[in-house]
Amino acid sequence: MNSKVKMVGWRVLQALPSVFGVIVISFVLTRALPGDPAVYFAGAMADEESIEQVRVALGLDRSWIEQFFIYVGNLLQGEMGMSLSTGVPVAEELMKRLPASLELTLIGLGLAIAIAVPLGVLAATRLGSWIDHLCRVLVTAGVSLPTFFTGLFLIYIFYYLLGWSPSPLGRLDILYLSPPHITGFYTVDALIDGDMEVFIASIKQLILPAFTLCLFALAPIARMTRAAMLGALASDYVRTARANGLRRSTVLFAYAFKNASLPVLTTLGMVFSFLLGANVLVEKVFSWPGIGSFAVEALVASDYAAVQGFVLSMALLFVAVNLIIDLFLTLIDPRVGTGE
Amino acid sequence: MDRRKFLKTSGAALGASVIPFLRFLPADAAGRSDTLVVVAGNSINSLDLHRKGTNRPSYQVTVNIYDRLVRFGVKTLADGSLAYDSTKIEPEVAESWTVSEDGKTLTFKINPKAKFWDGSPVTAHDVKWSFDRAVSLGGFPAVQMKAGSMTKPEQFKALDDMTFQITIPLPSKLTLPDLAVPIPFIINSKLAKSKATEKDPWATEYLHKNPAGSGAYKIARWDPGQQFVYERNEDWALGEKPGVKRVIVREVPSASTRRALIERGDADLYMTVPAKDAKEFMDGDKVKVSGAPIDNCLHVLALNLKYKPFDNVKVRQAIAYALPYKDIVSAAAYGRGKPMFGGENKTPADTTWPQPFPYDTNLEKAKALLAEAGMPDGFETTLSFNLGLAHWQEPTALLIQESLGKIGIKVKLDKIPGANWRTAALVDKKLPMHLENFGGWLNYPDYYFFWAYKYGHLFNSSNYKNPEVESLVDATMHMETNDPQYAVNVKKLIGIAFEDVPRIPLYQPYLDSAMQKNVDGYASWFHRQLDVRAIKKS
Repeated sequence: MNSKVKMVGWRVLQALPSVFGVIVISFVLTRALPGDPAVYFAGAMADEESIEQVRVALGLDRSWIEQFFIYVGNLLQGEMGMSLSTGVPVAEELMKRLPASLELTLIGLGLAIAIAVPLGVLAATRLGSWIDHLCRVLVTAGVSLPTFFTGLFLIYIFYYLLGWSPSPLGRLDILYLSPPHITGFYTVDALIDGDMEVFIASIKQLILPAFTLCLFALAPIARMTRAAMLGALASDYVRTARANGLRRSTVLFAYAFKNASLPVLTTLGMVFSFLLGANVLVEKVFSWPGIGSFAVEALVASDYAAVQGFVLSMALLFVAVNLIIDLFLTLIDPRVGTGE
Repeated sequence: MDRRKFLKTSGAALGASVIPFLRFLPADAAGRSDTLVVVAGNSINSLDLHRKGTNRPSYQVTVNIYDRLVRFGVKTLADGSLAYDSTKIEPEVAESWTVSEDGKTLTFKINPKAKFWDGSPVTAHDVKWSFDRAVSLGGFPAVQMKAGSMTKPEQFKALDDMTFQITIPLPSKLTLPDLAVPIPFIINSKLAKSKATEKDPWATEYLHKNPAGSGAYKIARWDPGQQFVYERNEDWALGEKPGVKRVIVREVPSASTRRALIERGDADLYMTVPAKDAKEFMDGDKVKVSGAPIDNCLHVLALNLKYKPFDNVKVRQAIAYALPYKDIVSAAAYGRGKPMFGGENKTPADTTWPQPFPYDTNLEKAKALLAEAGMPDGFETTLSFNLGLAHWQEPTALLIQESLGKIGIKVKLDKIPGANWRTAALVDKKLPMHLENFGGWLNYPDYYFFWAYKYGHLFNSSNYKNPEVESLVDATMHMETNDPQYAVNVKKLIGIAFEDVPRIPLYQPYLDSAMQKNVDGYASWFHRQLDVRAIKKS
């Protein structure tokens, strides 16, 4: 057990250089972006003089090195700087928007797992059956349909033509006020507040965008589950288990699935990060006030602090997710950490 | 959830004046005659127009929640649409004004009915503080004030509580209209000053999120990136009482989603509709479209004289004869553009601006001119356009590329990201051939020429330099339009633009908005924002 703790600690330490690397790269990359924020923020009719005033006010007249040390100094104090375009501290903006994106992404991912994993298992156990074909069709559709297309298509069918879905206006319909802020997840906050009406309203808003994301995430998970299950079912230990006359369900779940879940878990980590990226388009289509649309707006405006804050928080999230997945793997995988 | 509990939870929202409206609306908010639901593509980022970095969509907040000394009137166009009238200036906070004999002093009497939201009267001191702020904070507000010859606080004087005076160095026709643009809005200076700090003497931190005005609407709620809500100021007495009690502006980034919302009837008004959708709305009968050509605005193909062979006037004219104007208007602007080609006279008959240039698609003539310029086989060049405006610029660029190919000019297309556009096109002025879309807020031809034809000025992305234009613009800029010399000078300027064509106009764009049939009173404005004060819903 001790060795496991050591391993976890070592794993956390390993994340530090990557975080520092991200800070440097995001800083340099935003500076290398085309476009001059001073020109942009001076406004439509500004002349040389007012552009220069803005440049000085933003501290962009200093050297890159100087700017970098100021930035890192602020980061160490927990400050990510001010977003130029919204005039709000970046950290505050991210904290407000991250829950929106996370709520959507997690629900989309949850849906995808709930559909893709059983589908992949069934497809692997019944090779060539209709369920295997269904799996193939869904995987192909998920890979080939761009998310904004799926989103618009769903809006067209379920909102525009059928009128079943509420208007795609973000997290809550115009009729409702957001629940008091506790976690930032509207569904959870509404439940804590005991307000079933807002809870149901926010679930309704979530269905279409979450399903759009789910379709996107479905493909890699289902494919990986199917492949891993096939590999496991063809392995020596499953053959041995079968030869020993163990029950079919025991063979399937205790032997095959447990081993197959390792690559699936790793894939989940990747898919989660992809989803946060794919969010941008879904957020645009569904007017979702998430982190993706914030980042795009910031990029267009060369809003340095906001872009850096976004990249940094995404990187931290990515590192954290990978860490959690690794920890899970050590718990599941009998080969890791129990050697002694 | 009961009412009391609702009131408690809603307290978390912005400002003290939050009303529990949304919750008590019947199922379709869009159906109520006192609530207007607006969808817009952009997000506002500030409630203070003087702040650095405030984006264009935020101007609409200033228009609706603050008052100015004067405002423009509204006129009805031939097709029944409403548009602002640049020739009619009406009182707002100023109940009357006088201009001194020498034209250098403007004196305004403040209307005693003008009250800030907190009930205190609007005084000349508030106007003075607000104007001082507009010229002192730099950036775009300062530039716009300068257009009206207002550059420093010493020019503004509060003679007494109710009399405000502006002194300008030279008489100018631009000063009064410049007071009606969104920039010189009047702030409750007592409130703002109480929130100012030594580092922030103009209270930009406070006013960024907390407006302090006297306008017909207040901001009841602002959820950045999602929506903001106007609530009518019931005490506003400076004009006809606005028709709708509250206006919910939802930000919907996807144009397809906005379209679905207005067609389904979940939104009442869709601000700034792309030309393609506007045309299709007009062909259908679900929603109505109101639009007007934007005053003093042209979509042009600009040729940069710094690069050969565009320094040759024959080459520029050849290109002006080779553009597929009709196709551009129908395919890129979907008919929502006023033609600016095929003018009958070689020299302008009057001072109308913009007016059609004397060029039309005539490839023979174009070839002949190119041959005269010594380039019968054409040449190669690059046509740059702004990806941020790809909806009209991309099809336009493709049509131009194809048409110029017919006279031997090989055009390579160069797409420039929106963030980089200003620097490349307007500041560095380094694009040989490009599409440009300047529109002047003050509706005078000489004002357009000031920005787009004077050497070194921001929108003269052609690097065009003509001593005659320089002196004519300087002489005409501040001249009254009834001065006999005015028409002479403007006609001369337009004649030079016809002849030299550093900027070839393609068409004058429309500003279109779509709305439900029960929405009335919508007018197009030069600032391209929604003025909700005149809107009614039945």
